[in-house]
Amino acid sequence: MPIGDVLPEISLTLGAVIIVLFAAFARQHQHVWAAVLALLTIGLCIGLTFTQWDGPPRLTFSGVWALDGMALSSKLVVLIAGALVIAMSPEWMQTDRRHAEYYALMLFALLGVIMMASASDTMELVVGVLLSSVASYPLAAYHRTWAPALEAGMKYFLMGALTNTLLAIGVVVLFGLTGNTGYPEIAQGLSVGHDSLALTIATASIILGLSFKLAAFPAHAWMPDVAQGSPAPVAAFLTVIPKIGAAVALARFVSLMPPDVAWRAIVALISVTTMTLGNVAALRQTDVRRLLGWSSVSQSGYALMAIVVMGTSDQALPALVFFLASYAIANLAAFAVVTYLRGRTALESYQGLARQAPIATTILIASLLSLVGIPPLIGFFGKLMLFSVTIEGGYAWLAFVAAANTVVSLFYYLRIVARMMFSDTRPTVHVLVGQWARTTMIVSGLLLIVGGLGAEMLMEFTDSIGFVR
Amino acid sequence: MILTATLGLPMLGALVLAVSRRWTETTARLFAVGVSLLPVLLLAWAWLQFDTQGALFQFVEEVPWVPSLGMAYRLGVDGIALAIATMSALVFAASIAYPINTQNQPRQYYAWMLFLQSVSLGVFLALDLLLFYVFFDLSLVGMFFLIGRWGHGQAQHSAFKFFLYTFCGSLLLLLAFIGLYLSVEPHTFDMRVLIEQQPLAGAGVSAGLIFLALMLGFAIKAPIVPVHTWLPQAHVDAPGPASAVLAGVLLKMGTYGILRIPYSMMGETFARYALIIALFAVVSILYGALVAFGQGNLKRRIAYTSINHMGYTVLGIAVAGALFQDAVYAREMALIGATVEMVAHGLITGALFLICGSFWQRTEEYDLDSYGGLLRQAPLLATFAILASFASLGLPGLAGFVAEFHIFAGTFAVYPWLAVIGVLGILITAALFLQMLQKLFFGAMPQRWAKFDDLRPAEWGVLGVLSASFVIIGIAPQFLLTLIEASATLLVGAR
Repeated sequence: MPIGDVLPEISLTLGAVIIVLFAAFARQHQHVWAAVLALLTIGLCIGLTFTQWDGPPRLTFSGVWALDGMALSSKLVVLIAGALVIAMSPEWMQTDRRHAEYYALMLFALLGVIMMASASDTMELVVGVLLSSVASYPLAAYHRTWAPALEAGMKYFLMGALTNTLLAIGVVVLFGLTGNTGYPEIAQGLSVGHDSLALTIATASIILGLSFKLAAFPAHAWMPDVAQGSPAPVAAFLTVIPKIGAAVALARFVSLMPPDVAWRAIVALISVTTMTLGNVAALRQTDVRRLLGWSSVSQSGYALMAIVVMGTSDQALPALVFFLASYAIANLAAFAVVTYLRGRTALESYQGLARQAPIATTILIASLLSLVGIPPLIGFFGKLMLFSVTIEGGYAWLAFVAAANTVVSLFYYLRIVARMMFSDTRPTVHVLVGQWARTTMIVSGLLLIVGGLGAEMLMEFTDSIGFVR
Repeated sequence: MILTATLGLPMLGALVLAVSRRWTETTARLFAVGVSLLPVLLLAWAWLQFDTQGALFQFVEEVPWVPSLGMAYRLGVDGIALAIATMSALVFAASIAYPINTQNQPRQYYAWMLFLQSVSLGVFLALDLLLFYVFFDLSLVGMFFLIGRWGHGQAQHSAFKFFLYTFCGSLLLLLAFIGLYLSVEPHTFDMRVLIEQQPLAGAGVSAGLIFLALMLGFAIKAPIVPVHTWLPQAHVDAPGPASAVLAGVLLKMGTYGILRIPYSMMGETFARYALIIALFAVVSILYGALVAFGQGNLKRRIAYTSINHMGYTVLGIAVAGALFQDAVYAREMALIGATVEMVAHGLITGALFLICGSFWQRTEEYDLDSYGGLLRQAPLLATFAILASFASLGLPGLAGFVAEFHIFAGTFAVYPWLAVIGVLGILITAALFLQMLQKLFFGAMPQRWAKFDDLRPAEWGVLGVLSASFVIIGIAPQFLLTLIEASATLLVGAR
């Protein structure tokens, strides 16, 4: 067995196990060391991933596990985003009795997402989706005595149970159709000939299953509740990280489809619906976290644009990863600010914040403008690449719809900005005491600008990535 | 390095202001005025060194930024950009020096003004489409905060409308820029390459769509009727100096953009639609003038004259781009006129809006009918208002005349009928300004203005500089014309 090919994943698992053991023996005030352990684990995992970078793109473990540019680069994005989430958590979680287990769950969820991105086999995909879901449900409802958190967790769970079942059904039908679970074999089998009704059912079920993790229409409804009700660092995690894995998994899956399946039209339709729905729903929100949840839905719609033109534009996959990375940084920065402000959530309470908390305000504004795509923040380059590949791939109308949606989104982001900047009221501001959340907030804020000015480095990194064939 | 310093110094100044915690209002103001004058000096120096026989773009600087996207930090100017940038820097310095109630946030106010100066100059100095877009968008951000924070009336509402409306235009531009970028091999955002290669000549539908997106995007910014509706409101609720900047500098981004991008990079497509553009321009001229005539609000009236004046500019550019091989001289004349109009309008309307600001600070009242007889009460204010109004209506000997004369002389040779209709606009403008002056300064003075103060030294000093510049351009325009001519000749293809 080529154990070396999954060393990063093994290290992640071991790290999680160590944290669980540590949690059993440590006193509660020592639990913060679990965060350090988790960060060390992620650091190790990132290092091990880099050692795989130079190898040729290949499938390993009997063809179920992909080691290609897409898998590795999205793995890095997931890990870095995970590290940021963990780093913003300790002060928020330290009063919780089960503080240390929280990090173990985070690591398991990360592992699930990584499996989704790397799976080259439908069974592997199911395991990845389930692992990340199962680890995420308790995270969403971590404050179990607080009703909204429970409600969010419940909604997330019910939706997840339904769509995960659909995914399993799709995988089974596909297996019946081709007699295989491995992606290369499935592609092979489908190109020879297929029953189009069965294939439609299988494709629809699998896309639905993944749209749950992506928070795309029609399985997006959990996102606003989770963003609002679950602990702020968990909201940061769930609005960002599963999306990355799901987008890559979806891209990998639809690239298997034979040309007579109109998957481009389907994905384009989902993309348009998702971005429009997310934006329109966000317009009138009076709760910042909920608003960010809806905005996160709309951002999934943008990400899907790159999948639509996959294959017709050679930069589509790099654009996808780049966009996901830029979105991750911006959204994490926004949630880091919310976390730092102790989860301050009503839009009203942001009134006049600029005078009381100038640094947090600046970072929140920068992250919102980055989500809109105002240059020179990193979000601009993400959007630019998306628009560019979409037009190049012959879907100029889709780029136009996305541009129109961007204008709509500017409106609700500006509502937050205006509250903070254009008011003379001086609210009382409570912030998390300690350096974790504050530092994470500043680091992610800096990443927004540094990432924009140094976009070239990231681009070289994602320049030639693709799927292994 | 001149151009980088021109952009960089105000930006640095803005940063210093943003982090300097203890500065008083006076220190912040003096610092900001000092910093804002530096770009004026640097650009004047560049002007002196500009070689009128040389290449189109001079002082070129290039540093790779995102080479894999063909994007770089590319700066450079031709005569047209240099003239407009210098005017912009001057209008900014004047607006920053103009006293205003900063509502206890002097550092923030001056920091935003300097930031806006830096990015606005960037728009005129950029030689890279994406860099142009970066500055173009950042100017919206800066103006949004200035209107929203220091405006009056429904300031927030106006700021929102301004940002959203003009951001629509920006995104259209972004899509069109991507289209231009994809049309050259290897893909690049370098304006010089795009101007030289004219990549979309003969490209049919896609060229038409890209052209439409570009023209719509810039028409929103200019603004051209019927996409002008954001302008009056933004102007009325913005603080005086921000209005001056908005009219004097930000509107020029629209017309300069038309000149720099669709006109220069898509000559063939532009020629095909030149008549339509000219028609829209004439509609803007007449509509802007007529609606301005109907306004009872001082600031609104001046805002609408901007639409009228930008109409002249666009008319000039449209004429210059029309495909009449034999009328090279006339087309060049129109192009020069369009550029002088941009410079003149910036200075004149800048001054007019600063005067509006002075009215607001004294009375918080823009209704023309509530004024009267202020000539005796405030002779200095009256003098500057009269001078600027006459310049704006195109009195010979002042800058506006030079511009409009060139534009209409060029138009007569190419589209004589449009010129005849367009000249009507000048007539209406004259009427509306004369009526405005009459209502403000003549007749009986209402008792409530008995304590109306005349201009303070800081105010008339600033207005004096602006007025001097448009008087000089009116009397001895040669220094400006040679500079613009150097580039206009190249752009219409006469050399």
